[in-house]
Amino acid sequence: MAFINYASKEINCKIVYYGPGLGGKTTNLQFIYNKTSPEARGKMISLATETDRTLFFDFLPLDLGTIRGFTTRFHLYTVPGQVFYDASRKLILKGVDGVIFVADSQEERMEANIESIRNLEDNLEENGFDLKSIPYALQFNKRDLPNVLQVDEMYRVLNFKREPTFEGIATSGKGVFDTLKSVAKQILIELRKR
Amino acid sequence: MRSHDFVLYEDGLYRLEEALRRLRLDANAKAVFLVDKNGQQIAAAGEVEQFDVTSLASLTAGNVAATDGLAKLIGEREFSVLFHEGKQDHIHISIVAKRAILVVIFDDRSSLGLTRLRVRQASGDLEKIFESMAKQAEQGTMANTDSSPFSEITDEDIDALFSE
Ligand SMILES: Nc1nc2c(ncn2[C@@H]2O[C@H](COP(=O)(O)OP(=O)(O)OP(=O)(O)O)[C@@H](O)[C@H]2O)c(=O)[nH]1
Ligand SMILES: [Mg+2]
Repeated sequence: MAFINYASKEINCKIVYYGPGLGGKTTNLQFIYNKTSPEARGKMISLATETDRTLFFDFLPLDLGTIRGFTTRFHLYTVPGQVFYDASRKLILKGVDGVIFVADSQEERMEANIESIRNLEDNLEENGFDLKSIPYALQFNKRDLPNVLQVDEMYRVLNFKREPTFEGIATSGKGVFDTLKSVAKQILIELRKR
Repeated sequence: MRSHDFVLYEDGLYRLEEALRRLRLDANAKAVFLVDKNGQQIAAAGEVEQFDVTSLASLTAGNVAATDGLAKLIGEREFSVLFHEGKQDHIHISIVAKRAILVVIFDDRSSLGLTRLRVRQASGDLEKIFESMAKQAEQGTMANTDSSPFSEITDEDIDALFSE
C-alpha cells in the first residue's frame, strides 16, 4: 500500500525482507545502511534479541531521489525468520508493496527455505495479498560458503513465478543493491499502472 | 489508482494539521503525531524537531500492531488506548478512524486525564476529516482516472533513480 503524499510531494513504499532464520536479511539491511549517504537514509532500528536475532523487525528508511517531482522513499523492513515468530511476521507484512526473499544457499537450509516461502504465501494471503502478483525478487545468499547448492538446483526448487533472481553475499554486499533495485523498480512500474 | 493506496492531498493535510495543533494546545502537550497504521507519518504538530519522526512512526505502528495481535489472542477486537509512562515524558496512543494512530507526547505540564479528555474530543474531528478525505479521493478517481502523475513515469525516470 503505497502512501502518496501530494502535500509534501512524497511517495512512500514498503519493502519486506523475508526468509528463514539466519539467512541474512538483517545483514542485507546493514549493508545498505553502511553504503548509503546519511542524507539518503534515516536511522536503522533493530528490535533484536541479546544474541542479535531479529525479535520483531529491522527498519530502514531510504530516499532514492525524485521521480516526477516526488521524493521516492522506501521503508525497508525485515521479519524475524525463526519459525516461532510467525505472529510477528504476519504483522510486518501489513501494507507491503514488495517482497525480497533471502534464501540461505547452504544445502542443509533448503528445507527451511521451502518452508519459509510457503509461510510467506500463507501470510501474504492472510493480509489480502497474492505472491503471484506482488513485486517480488529472490536472493540466493551466502554464496561464499563451501557447502552451497548449485544455483540452477536452487532455482528449480525455490523459483515461484520466474521472479528476478540474484546471487548474494550479504556480508560483503554482493547482490544486495541489485536485489533491492529489482523490487523497487517493480513497485514503481506497478504504481504507473494504477 | 488502486483504492488500497493511501493518498493525501494538501487541503486534507492542512485540516489534519489544524486539528492536531488545536489538540496540542488544548492538551498542553509537547507534540502530537498522526501516523498511518503501516508506519508512515501523516501529520504532526508541536515540538516536532526534537523527535526522530520516521522512527517514531514505525515503532508506534509496530507497537499498535503487536498490541492488536495480543487483543485478538484474548478475544478482544482491539485495545483502543495505549499509555506508556516515563519519568518525565509520557506517550498516549490511540486509534482514530480505524486506520490512523494518534500519538500525544506530554510531560508534567499536562496530565493523563486532560490528555484523555482532549484526545476524545479531537478524535471526532479527525474522523470527520478522514471521512471527507475519503469521499474526495473517491470522487477524484471517478472523475479523472488518469490524474496520477505516476501514470507517465518512463523507464528512463526509473533508471535515473538508480544511477549513481
Ligand atoms: N558467510 C556468510 N555469512 C553471512 C552472509 N549473510 C549473512 N551472514 C551471517 O549469517 C548470520 C545471520 O545473519 P542475519 O542477517 O542476522 O540473519 P537473519 O536472516 O536476519 O536472521 P533472523 O533475524 O533470525 O531471521 C550472521 O552471522 C551473518 O553475519 C553471507 O552472505 N555469507
Ligand atoms: Mg534478522
